[in-house]
Parts: sequence; structure tokens; C-alpha cells
Amino acid sequence: MRNCSPPRLLRWLSPFALALLSGCQGGILDPKGRIAADEKSLIITATLLMLLVVVPVIVLTLVFAWKYRASNANATYTPKWAHSTKLEVVVWLIPIVIVSFLAVLTWRTTHQLDPYRPLSSDKKPVKIEVVALNWKWLFIYPELNIATVNQIAFPKDVPVDFRITSDTVMNSFFIPQLGGQIYAMAGMQTQLHLIADEAGTYKGFSANYSGAGFSGMKFDAVATSTPADFDKWVAQVRANAKPLDVDAYRRLAVPSENHAVAYYVAPTPQLFDAVVHKYMAGRTSLALSDDDIKLAALTKRLCAPAAARSVN
Amino acid sequence: MLLGKLTLDAIPYHEPIIMGALSGAGLVGLALMALITKYGKWGYLWKEWLTSVDHKKIGVMYIIVAMIMLLRGFADALMMRAQLAMATGGHLGVFPPEHYDQIFTAHGVIMIIFMAMPFMTGLMNIVLPLQIGARDVAFPFLNSLSFWLLTSAVILVNLSLGVGNFARTGWVAYPPLSELGFSPDVGVDYYTWALQISGIGTTLTAINFLVTVIKMRAPGMKLMQMPIFTWTCTWANVLIVASFPILTGALAMLSLDRYLGFHFFTSEAGGNAMMYLNLFWAWGHPEVYILVLPAFGIFSEVVSTFTGKRLFGHTSMIIASGVISVLGFMVWLHHFFTMGSGANVNAFFGIATMVISVPTGVKLFNWLFTIYRGRLRFETPIFWTLGFMVTFSIGGMTGVLMAVPGADFMLHNSLFLIAHFHNTIIGGAVFGYLAGFTFWFPKVFGFKLNERLGKAAFWFWQSGFYFAFMPLYVLGFLGMTRRLNHTDNPAWTPWLYLACVGAVLVACGIACQLLQIAVSLRDRKKALDVNGDPWNGHTLEWSTSSPPPFYNFAKLPVVHDIDAFTDMKEKGIAYQVPTSYEPIHMPRNTGVGVAIGGFTTILGFALIWHIWWLAAAGLVGIVGSMLVRAFDDNLDYYVQPDEIEAIERERFERIGIDVDAYSERVPEPKRSSDVEPATLV
Repeated sequence: MRNCSPPRLLRWLSPFALALLSGCQGGILDPKGRIAADEKSLIITATLLMLLVVVPVIVLTLVFAWKYRASNANATYTPKWAHSTKLEVVVWLIPIVIVSFLAVLTWRTTHQLDPYRPLSSDKKPVKIEVVALNWKWLFIYPELNIATVNQIAFPKDVPVDFRITSDTVMNSFFIPQLGGQIYAMAGMQTQLHLIADEAGTYKGFSANYSGAGFSGMKFDAVATSTPADFDKWVAQVRANAKPLDVDAYRRLAVPSENHAVAYYVAPTPQLFDAVVHKYMAGRTSLALSDDDIKLAALTKRLCAPAAARSVN
Repeated sequence: MLLGKLTLDAIPYHEPIIMGALSGAGLVGLALMALITKYGKWGYLWKEWLTSVDHKKIGVMYIIVAMIMLLRGFADALMMRAQLAMATGGHLGVFPPEHYDQIFTAHGVIMIIFMAMPFMTGLMNIVLPLQIGARDVAFPFLNSLSFWLLTSAVILVNLSLGVGNFARTGWVAYPPLSELGFSPDVGVDYYTWALQISGIGTTLTAINFLVTVIKMRAPGMKLMQMPIFTWTCTWANVLIVASFPILTGALAMLSLDRYLGFHFFTSEAGGNAMMYLNLFWAWGHPEVYILVLPAFGIFSEVVSTFTGKRLFGHTSMIIASGVISVLGFMVWLHHFFTMGSGANVNAFFGIATMVISVPTGVKLFNWLFTIYRGRLRFETPIFWTLGFMVTFSIGGMTGVLMAVPGADFMLHNSLFLIAHFHNTIIGGAVFGYLAGFTFWFPKVFGFKLNERLGKAAFWFWQSGFYFAFMPLYVLGFLGMTRRLNHTDNPAWTPWLYLACVGAVLVACGIACQLLQIAVSLRDRKKALDVNGDPWNGHTLEWSTSSPPPFYNFAKLPVVHDIDAFTDMKEKGIAYQVPTSYEPIHMPRNTGVGVAIGGFTTILGFALIWHIWWLAAAGLVGIVGSMLVRAFDDNLDYYVQPDEIEAIERERFERIGIDVDAYSERVPEPKRSSDVEPATLV
């Protein structure tokens, strides 16, 4: 009976074994960038540190429960023993020591891995502005004068500076293999700094539920092996692009699900800032410079749907 | 419009799953009503239960509601697991987003607000007054009102199944998604009004029980001598009083946005949606301690009882619970490190969160040292406790891991998070309630629950838990985020299947529990709790009969020790026959709680559907009921010594103590009719 079962058991277990072995593939245990790698090792370090106390507690629970079972008449029984200053001190100290180590680790890594912190590199970062829409991602490359939907690219080993906002409900911008996530919120901008150490196509998605089309709110993050490959991609975008003027943007902002990758050129200047600023209602003018005046005008045009909504 | 937004389209008769569930529930309800009518029990139900202000009966009703809602919430869980197991690799499963998103929202709301909270409140209702040697809570009518407000909210949530829809926002209902612009239908309104109504009930309960422990402890019981369950409930009540008003305020602001065009949390017009996140979690984080602290208390009682030992570090436990309560208020931001608050702020909240693991760790060690040199009897409550100690250690660890902001940026909103909080809420709070349910069941009903089925339930729950949630930890590592409707990653699929298996195992556990209740009821004669102390308990609830008389204690016990009842047993005064009885002041039952609950349901329903005349009627009904109560002078009465004597005599005879052997008895107790009620006010 027994000898015939292993192969069947193995066959049954194989998907899990496979999933485990190959399996961290694409997840946060399979980092392809500096930040993600640091975050992975942080997760492992913190876990090991806590296991130092968690494993003994679990083992002691089982050992004590077995040893002091009622049927074991050999075990000592002290029904009134309920206090020991020495033990109490130890009992408070052990977790305090572990937590102290963790606290130092936390303080240091929180600053090191602050998503707002620019990454040190001798290469000039690629700047990408991200707008979360229902239910797709708009990416603007302000310095390259192009924009894309649901796809980004950048060369490996080059830092990428993201500025992120939302023109809808809150979303969370996340490319697990490159690093942690940050919220995309309307009327606000957040920042994220990532870098890819290896070329490849990595999955990106929204990690915060945003309504019916949320499950399809995915994009690809392509890290090209050379800057030349990246330039090729940019050229390809330009070749297949439509202009992203205000009207095109407004059409894009209409809710849609599982949106295909799309390419745009000549995004309206200041589009990202205008998307952020349009929620600052009551603002009549931003008149400081020419750009601000243009921005104010643009904001006003973009504002129309939001203003209509707020009247509801 | 006479019916506001309500039209016939609000009834989802084209949804076979919903209509099936509704007609099933309707049939069960009709069958129940037919049975009650057949046996002529309506009067009994009304007089003895629905209008009761007895804390024990209210507690039982809370737990019945909690169990019904457990079935509802668990049905949601099964549907989610089934959907995610089916909707892989291009398949879309059974539930489209507009239905599925309601399911996960309802699951969260129901399990936390309408399952765990009433279960906790029910146990507290039953046990706390008994543990401190009191005859009822400080405000018995208020207690009944709290229960009926909860029931009103439960009715509203379940109405949303058949009339309109429920929120599709997740149980946190973050704006701007929950604002009118993105959620124009009634789902979010069902959510806000149900939470508001039950929240008011919860706040009233907490005030009630705080006053009770401060004013109504048995003579001699110092605060630090209160049993540990009473203490942990007290800390939970402090947290409720401090945190629930924040939820009430946040939801009120959201409602102002939705009803009157305010802009507290809208994106536009100067609103700040992120303020809602702060307010929600300023309530939401203390809320998890509100759920888990009483469970910690239950484990402490169970461990010290079944080891036949005093609890190790009673004072230390009280302090640890207090530290957890205070710190529980300083960590809310760890629910949204990813908002971008900056490294200093994130690090502060991360470290504050970790500090909570110190008092929690102390508690675990204290339980360990209670088992140490004890005589551990392996009965069902101990299984839940040991299962908890192992499971919760893992859940605590993953929680501290997520308190490290650098790690949280990776794990936030992933299935790892889902696994973590189920690990602490099921492995912590729910296991505790189930331990408490088995532990105190004989106290309430006078017989023990079937051990075999109890243990079977435990093993199904325990293994089901690991099968259901360990895969979710893995899926979190594999990068799967929460609230997805369908997936297309082949590496995730086997784990989703496994999690589904886990849910089925838990379903078997729940089935065992239902069966356990039925079998135990059938075999009750074999497992009678004759003397009221089935487990050799330490605390005062075991010093009275099972079930206790409605006045709990014929004579108020005098307390000299933390383990007051053990102390009495050791001194040989545990079953002393009193020389005489005094009249006992008791509250009268009242239907006003039911009435206010009913009018509140009407008010809530009317507000949800914008039926303004009906809302006005509901409000008038509530105020009218309050006035009726305010002008009612016939609120209380005295139980006369002869009645007490008869009840107590029967109890002593059951235990086998000859009452008449006590020569000092007062020969002729006074008769009820000798005392005029009017003189008693």
C-alpha cells in the first residue's frame, strides 16, 4: 500500500513543488532591481530576526502542553505558583530586545528605501509622469514628448523617476520586481524611484481596488538592455502615435476596461500638473509666469467634468 | 416621489444566485415561524427573550445573531474562493465584478461588524456581570437597546441582498470611490447607515459595561482583582468609547458628502479623501484590539482553569492589555505607509507598531508559564487555546513584518496582507470566541457540549485555516494583489485551488459545530452541569448555578482573592446555605428596545432610499418610544425572599445539600404580597 502511493502523491504535489521552485518568478522574491532586492533582503532579515522568538514560543507551547498534560503524574504541579519577578523581567525583556533590533533596522531601511529618495547613479534618470485613469495607466515622458497607455520602457541600469497622480479614485502604482508601490491620488502627486538591473518585461498593475475594471488595470514595464534599444522603442512609439491634446486626453479618461497599449506624441505641455491642479477648485488664476497662465487655462478645460460631478 | 429612489428594479429577480439565497432564507424563516406558531411559543419568545433586559439572555441573542451572520459571511467567503479558483487563465468565473465586488465588501463588513463584534459582545454580556458578582449591568434597558440597534443594522445589511445592492468599495469604503461620483447607487448608503446604527449600539454597550465594572463589583473586589476576562473586556470598552465616535464622525461626513453635497472627502472642491483614511483607521486599528483583547482574556481564563493553576502574572497581563490599548491608538498610519508620508513619519508608525508586539509577546509567555507546572486537561477549549498560541504567533510575526515600511511597500494590499489579518482575527479573536463558547456554554444552558464533535470542529477549523491562508501568504509573495476578480498567472493557480480546499475544510468545521449543538441538545441529560462548576473554575461565574437564576446571586459574594471562587472552595464556603435572603431589586422587561430598533430600521431604510416622509415617521417613532420609556414609572420590582428561597432550595437539593440542616434559618420568609411595590422606588 505504502510503496505505491509516493508517485501519485508526487504527481499531485508537483504543481506546488514547481510553483515553489520556479515559482517565486515574477513575484517579490524574484527582484530585478536594486530597490526590490533590498526590500526582499529586508523581508528575509526581519523574518529571521522574529523567528528567533516565534519558533521557541511555538515549540515551548507544544512541549509544555505535552509535558504538563494532566495524565502525566510525574510532572511537577504547583497550582499556586503565579508570580516570579525574575521570569517577568525576562518575559518583558526578550521581546523588547528583538523589537529594539527591529526598530533600528526599520529606521535605517525606511530612510534608505524611501520611495521619494532619488537613486544614486552616474546616468541621467528617465522621467515618467503617471496618471491613473479608469481603468488604465497613462504614462507621459515629458522630456521625450511622448506618452503611452499601459506600457512603459526604460533602459536597464538607468534610474527612473516617477511622478504619480490619479484622475479618478485612488490606485496604487506597483511593479513588484522593481520595487515597492505608492498610491496614486487625485489632486496630489507622489513620487517613486526605481531602477532595473536586468533587461526584461516586468508586470505592473494597480494594487489598490478601484472599481469594476480594476482586475484589468495592468501594464508592462520593459527594461531594455541598452539605451539604443530604448531609443528604438521611443521611435516606435512616435511612429505609431496620435497627438495627446486635451480632447484626446478627455476621451482617454472615459472609463474603459482592459485597455490596449496605445502610443501618443506631443502631449499637451503641463498635462500632468494640470491634472493635479484641476482638483484645486476655486482657483481662478495661477498667474505667475506664462506657463502658469497656460496651466490655469488648461486646468479650467480639464476641470469641466470634475466640476459637473461636484454639482451632483 | 412617494418611494424616493426605490423602484421595482431594485429587486434583483434576474440574478438566480441571489434569488436562490433569498428564497432559501425565506423558507427557513417561514419554517421557523410555523414551528413557533405550532408550539404556541410567540408569547414566550416575546416575554422571555425579545423584551428581556437580562444580560444573560441578551448575550445569548447576540451570539445567535453572530452565528447567523457567520453563516452569511462564510457563504460569501466560499463564493470568493470558488470564484478565484475558477476565474483563472482566461476564464471569468461565475461572478462579474458588479456582483463579486459586493461579495467581498459584504464579507468584510459582516465578519467584523456583524459576526465578531456581536460574538464578543455576547460573551461579555453573559460573563462579565457574573464574573464581578453583579446582578445585571448598570443600565439593563440600555443593554437591550444596544442589542436591538445591532439587530436593526443586521436587518439593513441583509435587506441590501434583496432590495438594491450593497457597497462595491471594499469594507473600508475609501473615498473618492465611495463618493456619489463613483458610487451613485444605494450600496454605500446601506453600508454607512448599517455601520452608524450598530456603532451607536456598540458605543452604548461600552459605556454600560464600563459603568458596570466601576460601580457594580462584588463587595471586596478591588479593580486589580477583577478576573482577566473582565479586565480585557474593560480595556476593549475603553477603546470602543475612544474610537467608535471617530468612525461615527467619519461616516457622518461621508454621508454629508453623499446627501447634502458637502466636500469633506471628495477629490474636487477642496475635499481630502486621505483624511477619511486617517479617520477610518484611527477607529479601524483600535477595532482589531477591541476584537482580540477579550479573546486574550478568554484564553487566559481557559488556560488557568484547565491547568488547575492560577494565571501566571495576572497584574502583568492587565498592564500588557493596557499598553496594547494605548499603543493601539498610535499606529493607524501603518495601514497606508504607501500614501507617501515620508520616511520619518513612516518609521515612527512602524516602530510604534512593533512595540505592540512587546506586551503581546508578554501575554504569550504568561500563558506558557501558566501551563508550566500545571495539570493540563485536554478538553475542547484548550485545543482552541493551543491552536491559537501557535497560529497567532505566526500571525503576529507577519504583522510585525508588515510594520516595517520597506517590507510593507512590497506586501501592502497583497494576499499576504489578507493572510496576515485572517491569521490574527481567525487565529486570535475567533478561536478565542469559540473557546469561550464551549467554556461558558454549560454556564448558560446547564449542560456541556459534545466533546468529540467539538474537537472534530477544532481540527477542521485549524487545518482548514492553514490550507486556506498559508497559500495566500505564498500568493502574496508571488505578487498577487487583493480584490482581483479574475487572474491569468499560471503560477498562482495551484495555490488558489489549495485555498479553496481550505475554505471547504472550514465549512466542515462549521458543520461540526452546528451538529455539535444539535447532538449536545439531544444528549443533554448525560452531560448536565449539576453544581454550576463543570470545569473546576476559578472565578465567580462558576459559584452560581447553571443556568444562573435571573438575579445571578442570591447573596452577593464577598471577594478576597483574584481567583475568588477557588478561594471560597478552599475555605469551604463555596456552597454555603445562607441564613436568610433579602429582597433583590431587579429591572422589568420592556418592549421599548424592540420598538426603537424597529423604528431605527425604518429610519435607516428610508434614508437609504431617500423616502423622506418615512424617515420622518421613523424618527417620530424613535422619539415617541423614548418618551414612552421616560414617562414609564413601572421599571423595576423586588424579588421577594420566599421566591429566592424556593429557587435556591431547589438548587441546593440538586447539588445534594440539605437546606433544612442549617438550623439558623429564618423560619417564615416574608411573602411577596406583604410588600407594596410603590414603596420600593
